[in-house]
Amino acid sequence: MVLSKAVSESDMSVHSTFASRYVRSSLPRYRMPENSIPKEAAYQIINDELMLDGNPRLNLASFVTTWMEPECDKLIMAAINKNYVDMDEYPVTTELQNRCVNMIAHLFNAPLGESETAVGVGTVGSSEAIMLAGLAFKRRWQNKRRAEGKPFDKPNIVTGANVQVCWEKFARYFEVELREVKLRDGYYVMDPEKAVEVVDENTICVAAILGSTLNGEFEDVKLLNDLLEVKNRETGWGTPIHVDAASGGFIAPFLYPELEWDFRLPWVKSINVSGHKYGLVYAGIGWCIWRNKEDLPEELIFHINYLGADQPTFTLNFSKGSSQVIAQYYQLIRHGFEGYRNIMENCHENAMVLKEGLEKTGRFNIVSKDEGVPLVAFSLKDRSRHDEFEISDMLRRFGWIVPAYTMPPDAQHVTVLRVVIREEFSRTLAERLVLDIEKVMYQLDALPSRLPPPPPPAQLVRKKSELETQRSVTEAWKKFVLAKKTNGVC
Amino acid sequence: MVLTHVHDLDDAAAASAVVFASRYVQDPLPRYELGEKSISKEAAYQIIHDELLLDSSPRLNLASFVTTWMEPECDKLILEGINKNYADMDEYPVTTELQNRCVNIIARLFHAPVDASEKAVGVGTVGSSEAIMLAGLAFKRRWQNRRKAAGKPCDRPNIVTGANVQVCWEKFARYFEVELKEVKLREGCYVMDPDEAVRMVDENTICVAAILGSTLTGEFEDVKRLNDLLAAKNKRTGWDTPIHVDAASGGFIAPFLYPELEWDFRLPLVKSINVSGHKYGLVYAGVGWVIWRNKEELPEDLIFHINYLGADQPTFTLNFSKGSSQIIAQYYQLLRLGFEGYRNVMENCMESAQTLREGLERMGRFTIISKEQGVPLVAFTFKSKDETSLAFKLSSELRRFGWIVPAYTMPADLEHMAVLRVVVREDFGRPLAERFLSHVRMALEELDHLAKGGPVPRMRVTIELGPPARGSGEEASARVVKREAVVPVHRSVSLAGGKTKGVC
Repeated sequence: MVLSKAVSESDMSVHSTFASRYVRSSLPRYRMPENSIPKEAAYQIINDELMLDGNPRLNLASFVTTWMEPECDKLIMAAINKNYVDMDEYPVTTELQNRCVNMIAHLFNAPLGESETAVGVGTVGSSEAIMLAGLAFKRRWQNKRRAEGKPFDKPNIVTGANVQVCWEKFARYFEVELREVKLRDGYYVMDPEKAVEVVDENTICVAAILGSTLNGEFEDVKLLNDLLEVKNRETGWGTPIHVDAASGGFIAPFLYPELEWDFRLPWVKSINVSGHKYGLVYAGIGWCIWRNKEDLPEELIFHINYLGADQPTFTLNFSKGSSQVIAQYYQLIRHGFEGYRNIMENCHENAMVLKEGLEKTGRFNIVSKDEGVPLVAFSLKDRSRHDEFEISDMLRRFGWIVPAYTMPPDAQHVTVLRVVIREEFSRTLAERLVLDIEKVMYQLDALPSRLPPPPPPAQLVRKKSELETQRSVTEAWKKFVLAKKTNGVC
Repeated sequence: MVLTHVHDLDDAAAASAVVFASRYVQDPLPRYELGEKSISKEAAYQIIHDELLLDSSPRLNLASFVTTWMEPECDKLILEGINKNYADMDEYPVTTELQNRCVNIIARLFHAPVDASEKAVGVGTVGSSEAIMLAGLAFKRRWQNRRKAAGKPCDRPNIVTGANVQVCWEKFARYFEVELKEVKLREGCYVMDPDEAVRMVDENTICVAAILGSTLTGEFEDVKRLNDLLAAKNKRTGWDTPIHVDAASGGFIAPFLYPELEWDFRLPLVKSINVSGHKYGLVYAGVGWVIWRNKEELPEDLIFHINYLGADQPTFTLNFSKGSSQIIAQYYQLLRLGFEGYRNVMENCMESAQTLREGLERMGRFTIISKEQGVPLVAFTFKSKDETSLAFKLSSELRRFGWIVPAYTMPADLEHMAVLRVVVREDFGRPLAERFLSHVRMALEELDHLAKGGPVPRMRVTIELGPPARGSGEEASARVVKREAVVPVHRSVSLAGGKTKGVC
């Protein structure tokens, strides 16, 4: 008699994943599962769930790079198991970071001698870079005040209300008062004159943005520098400038080389830029460059004995992957100056194509300027029946993710839709987007309005119907939630 | 006459040129300035790849706790997620959901007092450094609020830890203006002494930080004892000083190997715990977790609220944009391995560590200072005190075989001790352990050989010249006045103040 052999429980390799019992059990959400499952099943289950995420390349909300060349992907995967902080063990990787810092410092016209090494650091993103720069300013200011015998317990920082959320984080976590210069209708960046007015003896620095989050505009850093120069001469406070060039840092040097915004201006003491925006690297890398050693207080630096030599470090994070640093170096040597310039010119042209397409529909006002980060921010000319949030929702059906935001104070009544043009957003995609927006407008026109109707001009005080009350409550709640500094998408 | 045709180097032809035949590998690489021209992607890849050959092999890096190997299926998920910006919660709701699941799973692993369907309070970070800074910030803010409410000064916060803490605690202290009070180590006790720590607590102490898995010896500190002593002191003083457990390494070991050990939220004074996903969480570098006991421990004014799919998504991180890959990889590991899988991996690590321990003891030259209970690593010193400098030499010698085994001097007050440390990770199996031992034997032989035939002994001789002896025919006479041996002194170079490379 032939004895049939039972397949053992663990011999699941013969079963295809979708034939196995693993796809029948519910996923652990709150507790660790007791037993292991085969790696193929684990891969498939997670991969399938992730299919419901948005498509990164259609995510027009983000400045962060979503495509790199396959050669670079290869380098990234090869380095995925290198812990960046083990400088002793991976000296070449550390050397690559140093080279990137030097290249970027030179790009920003840092005043360096022929063989002088630049002062800067690679970070996980502009948030960390800004916190380090802010910390350096705070410490310098404290030391100065202490030496003068003056109180140093109430530092403040002056920025525009258009700053990205990480400045507010810095202020809250490091106990610095945030003084925001309010925007106004038609002027959506920090006004240099108002900013300099607000500077006082407790100001640790004034932060200007090159590439405002909301409409991509470059702030006038030169004017700020000149006004601050005058004030500093009068008061003797020596208030410095930090330029948050998270987006603009890799655009201005290539598209607008005459624009003076970097270390060419004497009061600019540090600059941060996101490698993962127009530095053309995947999420997870930023750079912070200081003008020179004096601007970085020694007590903040930790010294590591690296191959017998001293390697100074100044970061918030310790262990992290090396892949993005290597990818950044790849991009810098692969493209060189001409390559970056070509890419930025392409982005700019595609932004113009999109802008013109939108203008031709006759339904939109363009809020972004031509000069600046390649993005198009636009709002509806007529908001009485439908608003920008509905357009954003309906575009999702086509696969596009186009966010809608209200401007910060004092321009909260302005809502914009924003499309960011990244390296891989080609002309064909731009034309398709315009077509899809036209389709959305057509569909919206046919739909009844969801917005509360304007109050009747008559004197009757009509009691609101339940539906109307509900609508106005929802509107108010939506406005309230959005009013807090929300998803400051970077 | 045939006109020669000059090829423009930007031609497509150039792109298909063989890299090592092209001019790209002869031109000097731009090091400090951005090059003017682009180069082909194949050349860029090859140039960087070749330079990186000179980095050490990550898997032979026995200095690090950080994971250096994952299954190919996970590598696939990582590459697929590499272009997802984690901060875009709205656009990638599933990825955000995976983070929330990881937080909940880890919180329950640490016995956080949450109901079955209640959401745990925690966050994914880039590593334990960020996690510790967030936890410290929460403690500082809580303490400040309490002091302000009581009308007391809140300008001199301090934190009590052992001198064996990893460098990021010192960073936290320096950057967030908190005084660091370190409990010094002593011979035979290489971790924080709970009695001494509690003695140092005063009204300005924002928390006491205990380590589960000391960086230097892998030992678990006695958190239970600390809790009991601190509870007694709190009852006397009313200061309500809490505990934070830095379980960077131990957090993914203790629940599987030592489930009875009480170190987590089972102890009432433990208010937050951090663990590195990229150590024994078995994920590549770039993910850590911090869990709070409950909502009350995390002051509301530190939290930023994001409108996420119409619902409120509270966030509390230092970094904003970062990759999603490591979060996805962490969930993969939790799902793939489950409780039994993690336990099996940890048990294997302990066995390899045991093999190493026994092998090193058998050589008769070393004292093992790591304990058997703790993180799977072996920390050892040379037995004889004269051979302290040999630790560094052995470390260099082992590099020749490809192994990276760091040698450290212990922190205050044990700076005279030099320790070698081998960390056993998931991918360090018995075959590698045995090969490592044989290399240690060979390295020791080499060192002994060098010491024996060693440097020519030096002597300093003081001679007095005098008039020649009568009738000797000599011009002068010499008399040895003093003869002394010159002993080479090994001095270790101390680095600029403070904690240096606290390898995590």
